[in-house]
Parts: sequence; C-alpha cells; structure tokens
Amino acid sequence: MKTLRQSHTRKWRDGIFFLVMGGLSSSFIVLIILLLIADITFTSFTEFRNALAKPEIQAAFKLTMASCTVAAIMSVWVATPLGYILSRYRFIGHRLIDTIVDIPIVLPPLVLGLSLLILFHQPFPFSKWFGEGFILDEFLRQTLRFPVSFSWPAVILAQFTVSCAFAVRTMRVTFDQINPRAEDVARTLGCSRAGAFLRIALPQAMRGMITAGTIAWARALGEFGPILVFAGSTRFRTEVLSTTVFLELSVGQLDAAVAVSLLMVAMAVVVLVVLRAIGAGLNG
Amino acid sequence: MIEVQDLTVRQGTFTLPKISFRIERGQYAVLMGKSGTGKTTILEAICGLRKISSGKVWIEDVEVTNWSPADRNIGYMPQDLALFPTLSVKENLAFALDIRRVPAKKRDEKVAFLANMLGLEHLLKRRVQGLSGGEAQRVALGRALSFDPSVLLLDEPLSALDAITHTTSQKLLKDLNRQTGVAVLHVTHNQAEADALADICIRLPEVIQSEL
Repeated sequence: MKTLRQSHTRKWRDGIFFLVMGGLSSSFIVLIILLLIADITFTSFTEFRNALAKPEIQAAFKLTMASCTVAAIMSVWVATPLGYILSRYRFIGHRLIDTIVDIPIVLPPLVLGLSLLILFHQPFPFSKWFGEGFILDEFLRQTLRFPVSFSWPAVILAQFTVSCAFAVRTMRVTFDQINPRAEDVARTLGCSRAGAFLRIALPQAMRGMITAGTIAWARALGEFGPILVFAGSTRFRTEVLSTTVFLELSVGQLDAAVAVSLLMVAMAVVVLVVLRAIGAGLNG
Repeated sequence: MIEVQDLTVRQGTFTLPKISFRIERGQYAVLMGKSGTGKTTILEAICGLRKISSGKVWIEDVEVTNWSPADRNIGYMPQDLALFPTLSVKENLAFALDIRRVPAKKRDEKVAFLANMLGLEHLLKRRVQGLSGGEAQRVALGRALSFDPSVLLLDEPLSALDAITHTTSQKLLKDLNRQTGVAVLHVTHNQAEADALADICIRLPEVIQSEL
C-alpha cells in the first residue's frame, strides 16, 4: 500500500506565488494612492474652495461637464454601429478599418490636434469637388455661421476624436461576446437585419454601451493636447479643466492647479460610480 | 413541405457533397451524419443564413433559394437554442407574432395555446436565464412553432438533455409533428433517436476535400 505524505514545500511555494502576485499588483495601486495623497496634502480645503470660487474655473467646469457628456454620447452613437459591423461582418478592407480606428489611440495627442487644425485650415483634401481652394473652417464660419476651430465645438471634436476610438474598441468586444446565433434565429422568425440588431443585439449590448460611454467620458475629461492646439485655451470660451491646470501652472498658481486636479479626480470618481451603478442595475 | 435539390454548400476549405430530399407535410425526417459532415451548415443554408454554392430549395412548392430567411416561413431551432436573453419566456414565444403585427388578443391566445401544449404556463413571466435544459428547449420549440411554419428544422435538439428529459422530449417532438402536421427535419447522430422518430432517414455522405 502506498504511504501518503504531505508536501510542506508546496505550501511555501503557494505562499511565494501570492507574495509575488500581490507585490507586483499592489505596486500600481500604491502608486495611485500616493499620488492622490500627495495632491490632497499639498492643498488645504480653503485653498480648494477659493480656487473653485474663481469665475473662470467655474466656466471651465461647466464647459468640461457639457463637452465631455456630448463627446461621450456622440462616441457611443458612432461606436455602436461601427463596433457591430467590425464584429459581425467580414469584408474587403475590414482589417484596414480596424487599424484606422486605432490611429487616434496611438497618435501623439499634439499630432492629433495639429492634424485637426490642418484639416480645417488648409485647402480641403477633396477641394476639387467643392470648388478650388475650399477651406472647411472658412465654409463653416462664413457660410453656415458655425465656427469650429478655436471655439467650443473644437473642444468637443478634439475630445470625440480620441474617446470614440476607445468606445469603438469597447463596443467591438461587447458584440464579440454576444452570441450572433440569436440574431440569426430572429431573422428566421421574420426580422430584417436591422430588426435583429435593434430588437436582439442592442438590448444585450446595453451594459457595453454604458461601459463605452464611461470610458469615452473619462478619456474626454483627460484630453489636453488636441484641445490646446485645435481649440486654444481662451478663458471663458474654450478653457476646460485640463487646460485650466496648464494655465494655472504657467502663471505659477500651483495651489489652484492642484485644486483643479483634485476637482477632476472627484468628477471622475462620481461619474464612474454613477455609471457603474447604472450598469449593475441593468445587470440585475 | 420542403424539397431540397442538389444542394451544395462550402464550409471553410471544404465543399459539402450534393444533397437532395423531399419531406411532405406531416412527415418526420431525420438527417444523420458523423461529426463534421456539415449537418448544421446544411440547416443554415436551408434557412437562408448561409450562402449556397448550387442547388435549389422549395417550400410549399415555391422556390425560395434566394429569399431572405424572414420570408421562408421556416421554424429553426439551433443546437444552442439561442433564446433571447433580454426577453421573458412569454416575449420569446410572442416574438415572431409581434414582428408580424398580429393583434394582441390573437397573439395572447396563440402564446397561451403554445404554453399549454408545451407545459410552460407557470414559466411565462420568467426570464430565460434560469430555465433548466428541458424548459429552455421547450421555449425554443414554442418560439419556432409560434408562426405556424411550413417546416421545422431542429439541430440536435435532444443532445444536451438528461436521459429522462430526453425520452419525454422525444415523445413531445413526435406528438407535435402529429398534432400540428408540420414537416420536421431533425438533425442527430444518435441512431436510437432516429429509429424512434424517423418516417424518413437521410444520411449525409462523408465530406470530400474541395478541388478549389
């Protein structure tokens, strides 16, 4: 008969495993917590309140909330059909479109802002179709009386360009995880492709849409480079909180810069908690 | 009735061998073949969910080869059932009737009839997630039958059931076929299942490598 023996070294090895995994994981968490503590201890509540009482910072707060929300809604609006097409269909150019979607993610932010500026202020790429020397910004400003660059729409467009790319990635994964056979069955039951998408795929993708909206909103909040280049940072006009931090730093107002940074952290936490609660509600 | 004539379908790098058969109204046909012989692919092609290489499909003596799946009047029950997870049992059963804008009273009568026939009355308000294998299978069956299809295509409908549920479900399928008169094409690789159910048995030949 075989005699069973307990291995003591295996217990030790398990302990080392948890130590290594926990140590590596906690290093990142500790870094984030230390960053927040450093910000909080640097400023006082009075300084925080004084900074937030400034009318220019209040204006920046309102524009940030509005522009991030509009950019997030636009991102989900565009990312949902694009994510669905990339997930469900294979066609010529599929891989190319998949790569193009990632360009705003990998492009340096300043380059993205510069590209937006060039698109709107240089003769349009297909100007022959619109008349020689057609410049998009002039057309929008003079003909439609809707100025974009160096105005609030530029803030939203700069935020949308990056946040939509993240939203598309999220929606693509969302639809990849939804069984396409349910849509096939819906079509045999009398649905068109649009009907199967609207009645079957979309209700299942609601949590993914909330997640995509959250990621897009958070990304828009942190957007800085493209806004600075394409929209500028004019106080009371195109200043958002990320550019406020830069403006306050550039005039030596470190206290105000830290106060605004903390406000942005608080905004991000509130939005993440609310959207996650909505997502959990949908799941329930 | 359904008739399939010289149907060939490509499956990846393979072309499935030509297949022809005819199932009259009220007949129960079993399609048999080894794993990988393209049974599911053939069902999807008949439904219009997959492009066919050649051949023709007739339903009720109308050629539907190039028709949309929505117009073919085929009740399809896939192997994984693919119930609609965001809808209740009742909404799953009423789905095809809602698409056809059937008046509410008539729709509710039909749902009640199906629920009674399939023993689903006590589950109508439930979400489909918590259903047992046998319950989920009956919901999928009711959903496929709800719009009085010309033919019912069942892809290995009994494969995931335990022995007792398997026997009762087998009887249910045969009874449904006799009561409603719907032509049934049932895919399986289980010989005993085929012996118990089949009026006609169609055997799929081995897959041959495409010359392409």
